[in-house]
Amino acid sequence: MAFARSRQALAIAGVLGLALGATACGTGNDKKSEKASSPECAAYDKYQGHDGKKVTIYSSIRDIEADRLDQSWKQFEDCTGIDIDHEGSGEFEAQLGVRVDGGNAPDLAFIPQPGLLKRFVDSGKIKTVGADTKALAEQNFTPDWLKYSTVDGKLYGVPLGSNVKSYVWYSPKTFKEKGWTVPTTWDELIALSDKIAGSGTKPWCAGIESGDATGWPATDWIEDVMLRTQGPEVYDQWTTHGIPFNDPKVADAVNKAGTILKNEKYVNGGFGGVKSIATTSFQEAGTPITTGKCAMHRQASFYANQWPEGTKVAEDGDVFAFYFPAIDPAKGKPVLGAGEFVSAFADRPEVQAVQTYLASGEYVNSRAKIGDWLSANKKLDINNVPNPVDKLSVQILQDQKTVFRFDGSDLMPAAVGAGTFWKGMVDWINGKDTTTVLNGIEASWK
Amino acid sequence: MEFDFAEEQPKFLMLMYGLIAFVVVVGGLLLLLDVVPAWFARRREAQLIAASASGAPLPRRRKQREGLFALFFLLPTLLLLTIGLVVPAIRTTLLSFMNADSSGWVGLRNYGWMFSEGSIIRVLINTLVWVILVPLVATSFGLLYAVLVDKARFEAVAKSLIFLPMAISFVGATIIWKFVYAYRGDGQEQIGLLNQIVVGLGGEPKQWLLESPLNTFLLIVIMIWIQAGFAMVVLSAAIKAIPADIVEAARLDGVSPWQMFWQITMPSIRPALIVVVVTLSIATLKVFDIVRTATNGNYDTSVIANEMYNQAFRYQENGQGSALAVFLFVLVIPIVIYQIRNLRQQREG
Repeated sequence: MAFARSRQALAIAGVLGLALGATACGTGNDKKSEKASSPECAAYDKYQGHDGKKVTIYSSIRDIEADRLDQSWKQFEDCTGIDIDHEGSGEFEAQLGVRVDGGNAPDLAFIPQPGLLKRFVDSGKIKTVGADTKALAEQNFTPDWLKYSTVDGKLYGVPLGSNVKSYVWYSPKTFKEKGWTVPTTWDELIALSDKIAGSGTKPWCAGIESGDATGWPATDWIEDVMLRTQGPEVYDQWTTHGIPFNDPKVADAVNKAGTILKNEKYVNGGFGGVKSIATTSFQEAGTPITTGKCAMHRQASFYANQWPEGTKVAEDGDVFAFYFPAIDPAKGKPVLGAGEFVSAFADRPEVQAVQTYLASGEYVNSRAKIGDWLSANKKLDINNVPNPVDKLSVQILQDQKTVFRFDGSDLMPAAVGAGTFWKGMVDWINGKDTTTVLNGIEASWK
Repeated sequence: MEFDFAEEQPKFLMLMYGLIAFVVVVGGLLLLLDVVPAWFARRREAQLIAASASGAPLPRRRKQREGLFALFFLLPTLLLLTIGLVVPAIRTTLLSFMNADSSGWVGLRNYGWMFSEGSIIRVLINTLVWVILVPLVATSFGLLYAVLVDKARFEAVAKSLIFLPMAISFVGATIIWKFVYAYRGDGQEQIGLLNQIVVGLGGEPKQWLLESPLNTFLLIVIMIWIQAGFAMVVLSAAIKAIPADIVEAARLDGVSPWQMFWQITMPSIRPALIVVVVTLSIATLKVFDIVRTATNGNYDTSVIANEMYNQAFRYQENGQGSALAVFLFVLVIPIVIYQIRNLRQQREG
């Protein structure tokens, strides 16, 4: 009896399997490059010859942004016949290591942390970029950018997207109504903060809650101030552990940031006191600007996507951003930013072709036109960037006076840059003093 | 957005592979479980018939065959345990004596780090607080509730109410409680239940999850909320299983309810009580989801499992992560031994 029953079950399961198999065959993969010779494909001539090959890409980019990526290389896929298979993960940093160490590495990965990139270079997993890619990368990016993916003189990754972090978001409408002007120096910034605080509104709002990455917006604050008080050379020493983390120069910068972030008169507009910064999510941290409860919010260019629906982001709109002013303008225009690097774990020709393509002007312009994206790639035409904040970012990145430095926490070892630094900042906001926090971070950096 | 089947094809293909693999494995197991014993049974039957027909003594080799049978059924389990548990356990132990990227031996340094680093000692203390409080409070609550609702009018409803949180995942439950603890600045409308109560009583809203050590206790409340139902169900079943004649005899002897509980109920349900406490202790030692979801270990709330994950996978400190894992393993062992001993005693007694 039992025997007959299980046989029946097997039969049903078998039929089910067959039916599924049949539907799978029905939607065959017939991406062909019969369009290869058409005029719109002329730009992709140098990437031809890999028809039917597949390249896998792994990144932290998901949802709408991932759809936009797929859209951005659609024409390339159609023309060359290379099938780009992109997968985004919310646990990218942890999972990439698991996949690579487990022998299941993607062909290409978009790595946002040069520190992580170096780790894979050290373990011999990342391939040096091909000669074509290298030539194109050197042509399209400044040495400032390429040095972050260069280890021992060899290039291991090509910059892709970028963002500018040295921004203060504000409401042009409110500023106009109240007669406030956009500050261009640090002193003006503090004077304006005092003026706003005097009028009964808390001038600044901030939030560093971000799930398991809680603390990162505060590290950006420290980095931005560090770059301003100490200059790029000391900044480089700091991120490479040339000076200890508890060096007086670092403590100085942290305390300077504290004059705003830990000032009960200045923060936290719309949310509460200083401690509320720790529990306010970075996504909603700037929203009080739209209701007038807060005047300024320091956050990167990508914050443009976080405003409530219907908010006009423009110089004459509801919200916009101004450049986080330098303390000593004579020393140039320090800009903190970040971005991701395309690194290859395989050196098959089609993988190199895709890597080269992603470094090209054709690609960055194709991606920029879709919106909410920019790159430090010199071939990027500012007219292809629709969003006004992104336009401003491209201007800043392409400005000769700009001294660009990469987000420091991404350059440090993960245990510090994505660990004790984040945690330390949370404790700092939550009331711990600067010295204790910095000593703790220094102790964790081996 | 339009749904394009061709675009999603790889996912469907993957789904199909999964389904086929499932069918093959489950079907294969069913087949094995069904066909093999049936075949043996038939053979045995034929042998018996042949033996009785020829008048010879019945073949007697049962014992050995049973051993073979047992081995046959144990084999897949043993194999999976070896691959999934024994090998990783040995490897983790080895890694705990190596450096961050597992390229060289460092001796006991990772263990030294564990017991000297202030933040990690804090983690160990937190874990201790968890493992003492959760089993104790959850079991007490469960027991009290089980006794109170026993034979009450709405017993079924009352029990399902307290059992409901068990159906929610740890992450889901924690998100619910995060709203309970949520904070909005003074003067704003509170969205968190706890702060609304405080404000209603004329107090000032507090940042509950920032205040150490209060926050650890607030997180423990979440675990108790989930697990009390489990304790209640098991203990309630045990209470119902107390033989009626004992209860009746006690009543005839005129015991007070208090005596009834301590002299009759407690000794009778002791085995179930131990199972509940042991299960809860192990679950608590491994607690990860609640802390990760609520605070991610910030504000001095981290526990061993959470710190282990952070060290090994986020900070790429394989050695330190493994050392924490080994320590957790060592902590669980005595509980497991105690449980096995108890089981054995019961069987003998």
